[in-house]
Amino acid sequence: MEVVLEQIINGLTIGSFYALIALGYSMVYGVLKLINFAHGDFFTLGSYLGYTVLVFGSAFLTSHCGLWGGIIVAMAIAAICLALVGITVERLAYRPIYPAGRLPAVVSALGASIFLQNAIMVIWGPRYQAYPASLIPNIHIQMGALHITLLQIVILVFSFLLMGILYYIIQKTLFGSAIRASALDRDTASLMGINFNKVIFFIFTLGPALGAITGVMVGMYYRQISFTMGWNYGLKAFTATILGGIGNLPGAMFGGLILGLLEMFGGAYISAAWKDVFVFLILILVLIFRPNGLFGEKLAEKV
Amino acid sequence: MEDTGGSKLNSFFSPQQGTLFAVLGIFIIYPFAANNYYTDVAFFFGIYALLGLSLNIVLGEVGLFDLGHAGFYAIGAYITAILNTKLGIPILVLLPVSAIAAALFAYLVCSPIIHLRGDYLCIVTIGMGEIVRLSLINNPFDLTGGPNGVFGIDFPSLGNFFVIDSSIEYYFFIWIVVGFSILALIRLQNSRIGRAWNCIREDEVAANANGINVRNYKLLAFVLGAAMAGIAGNIYASKLMCVSPESFSFMESCLMFCIVLIGGMGSIPGVLIGAAVISLFPEIFRPFAMYRMLIFGTVMILMMMFRPGGVWPRRRGGADIKSVLNTWRKNG
Amino acid sequence: MAEADLRTTDRAILETRELTKVFGGLTAVNNFDSQVHKGEICSLIGPNGAGKTTVFNVVTGIYKPEGGSVVFNGKDITGQKPYQIVSGGIARTFQNIRLFPNMTCLENVMAGQHCRGSAGMWGSIFRTPRQKNEERHIREVAESRINQVGLWESRNELAKNIAYGSQRMLEIARALATEPGLLALDEPSSGLNPRETENLMAFLKSLVKENFSIFLIEHDMNVVMGISDWVIVMDEGAKIAEGHPEVVYNNPKVIEAYLGYDDQQADGES
Repeated sequence: MEVVLEQIINGLTIGSFYALIALGYSMVYGVLKLINFAHGDFFTLGSYLGYTVLVFGSAFLTSHCGLWGGIIVAMAIAAICLALVGITVERLAYRPIYPAGRLPAVVSALGASIFLQNAIMVIWGPRYQAYPASLIPNIHIQMGALHITLLQIVILVFSFLLMGILYYIIQKTLFGSAIRASALDRDTASLMGINFNKVIFFIFTLGPALGAITGVMVGMYYRQISFTMGWNYGLKAFTATILGGIGNLPGAMFGGLILGLLEMFGGAYISAAWKDVFVFLILILVLIFRPNGLFGEKLAEKV
Repeated sequence: MEDTGGSKLNSFFSPQQGTLFAVLGIFIIYPFAANNYYTDVAFFFGIYALLGLSLNIVLGEVGLFDLGHAGFYAIGAYITAILNTKLGIPILVLLPVSAIAAALFAYLVCSPIIHLRGDYLCIVTIGMGEIVRLSLINNPFDLTGGPNGVFGIDFPSLGNFFVIDSSIEYYFFIWIVVGFSILALIRLQNSRIGRAWNCIREDEVAANANGINVRNYKLLAFVLGAAMAGIAGNIYASKLMCVSPESFSFMESCLMFCIVLIGGMGSIPGVLIGAAVISLFPEIFRPFAMYRMLIFGTVMILMMMFRPGGVWPRRRGGADIKSVLNTWRKNG
Repeated sequence: MAEADLRTTDRAILETRELTKVFGGLTAVNNFDSQVHKGEICSLIGPNGAGKTTVFNVVTGIYKPEGGSVVFNGKDITGQKPYQIVSGGIARTFQNIRLFPNMTCLENVMAGQHCRGSAGMWGSIFRTPRQKNEERHIREVAESRINQVGLWESRNELAKNIAYGSQRMLEIARALATEPGLLALDEPSSGLNPRETENLMAFLKSLVKENFSIFLIEHDMNVVMGISDWVIVMDEGAKIAEGHPEVVYNNPKVIEAYLGYDDQQADGES
């Protein structure tokens, strides 16, 4: 029983990573119909920036902020940097391409992704880097036969908090409905007075910032990071987006969590080597029977 | 004297035909003038040309987002590798076998998902490509050799006389295959099938409403594209004499995607140019070492900024090569 | 309605019987009975949102009805896929023109001939004599139709580059190329200037002489009155009147459907 509970917690932890990254994909995709392949690399970059802050600022941070404070500082710096990177990429690589259509935009996104991934490799080197163990809290909690770490709990709570905040913004605020309106019908939205540029600014700063924070969390959780991890996480996160239904932000979050759970249970009960295959097969099966995702709306196309 | 000579030449060869002759001439002479290394580069240009042409059917003609095409390439390569090393079946026999295996795989795997909307189809094709690659790495039934792959693949041969084992011979082999593929694809472009494909790309609903069985034609595109990629896999496997999963990653699918889009969707000359760019790029930028990919990514973005239609976009109402071939046929 | 009794099934090329289409909570088409007779122009009119295009969409297989049936040439075609219905002989045009924009006008019309051909992949690759003949025939039919609608000069232009009025005619040419028995045209005069509309009316009348039957959705009353042999009026998913054009035009129920409650309000205020 405890084993299952542990696995659920593990699954939810991974799932919340996927969910937070998926949010970034879903926002951009919903509004612009663009698969932002570079998003996975935003996540990776955030992770590396967090690593740099923690390693090079370790002395300063431990003396002035303490352990948790240091982590928050790292996250904040990573988030701010990625917000800048995100909006820059949008201005340079995406904005000029919008008029050309969706396929050129896909190529441009792939190009941006290749650029970022290799920039990370050039700057930090091709080998794995590791988050310093000394700067990561290593407190274990034992509840009967259940064994989890404080870090896990903090990550879970923090992730759900972030998801909750974002859910609130998207579903309950005026600006959130502006985003949802733009995702449904861009032209009408701007006719209704929605400042589309503001929406773009929001999704290309908040999305990457969220990705960066997730990157730091992943760095702390797994300790090892590499410049290619954006590809794997990105693909899974995009899978979660599709699973939840394109443009459906709560759906993307849910999709991420489900994906994490599936991966954990697939890995545990089927085989660790085949768990990714298992996850993709589930995706394909879901889409065969629900072509618009688990929660996607079936929009009748006006003919 | 010179004038008559000049005008005589003009009456034999139009400028288009002249260009075609020149290009063919260069193609034939090249491997004899270049060393093995550069002949091999031209060989891989041919492989990418074949792969680009195969993806062009799905992406260029029909407009389906296929980012998992490397999976079909892998199937062709591994079927060749496994059947040749384990059962000793000759490579040339395995050429059509690889094509059929990849085609069958495409048929089985795409049938349930062919109705999916563009971007959903995209992610599913990515997933399919990954499933193939991961399955190859996991070495099921000890067939695929895991991450190290399969080695010891033979050369293509007909009996003992005719063996393809040198760079020059492989060069001509791949380019003859590419040549026939181009001819077949041009004919398809100008047929009822090609038109149906393009109609589906333009407006699926309207295509259906005008008597085109959209589902079947989409499947046909995938099946044919897979078969061609399977053939490329066969030739690739025998040239390298070994295959491993890392040659069939998402990056390969991305490269093929870029070939089609940078060259020009649905445009055969465009795809050839795209393949040239993709295969020559690593060579030209070799001195830049690790900055190579940074430049590559930047080039991709710039290309889409300035030439979103591709380097040589499809011209309708008579593609250039076709008109060249027509004049060729008329004059002799 | 005495007039409606004149409609007999054996002259019908198309019939809808108790056709019902529901979208979630909205009943777009409600128990709709109609007939289009061979060789006639039958207009389907009604205010916006009445369900006219939905009827077309069900008849042409784009939607499946929740109830009722569609019978064409005596055969039940309910639930068939759109491409099968085209092969069966119904061709349609769309309210907001759905051409193949990046293909030439001629290619657009040739697309219509697709369902009348049968060349497969191998035949096309090897240019068998049968395929070559078929291609030639397809081109001939397309050229003849594109000429018939007066677009011969534009045949090699991309469809997206020709004038709006020409695009409407091109869509009709494409529909004709499918060799249909029935043409279902959805607001073909929409966006046309008066002269183009006159030409369209004359053209549609000439099609009837070629033995086509025409089912027409129209808003332009000049067109409806000018060329229809029979008019069916829909409102809120149901048929509210039908008959010869002049009869329908003066039917108070029809007037009310189009003008709504304005008359009553005007009376109330004065």
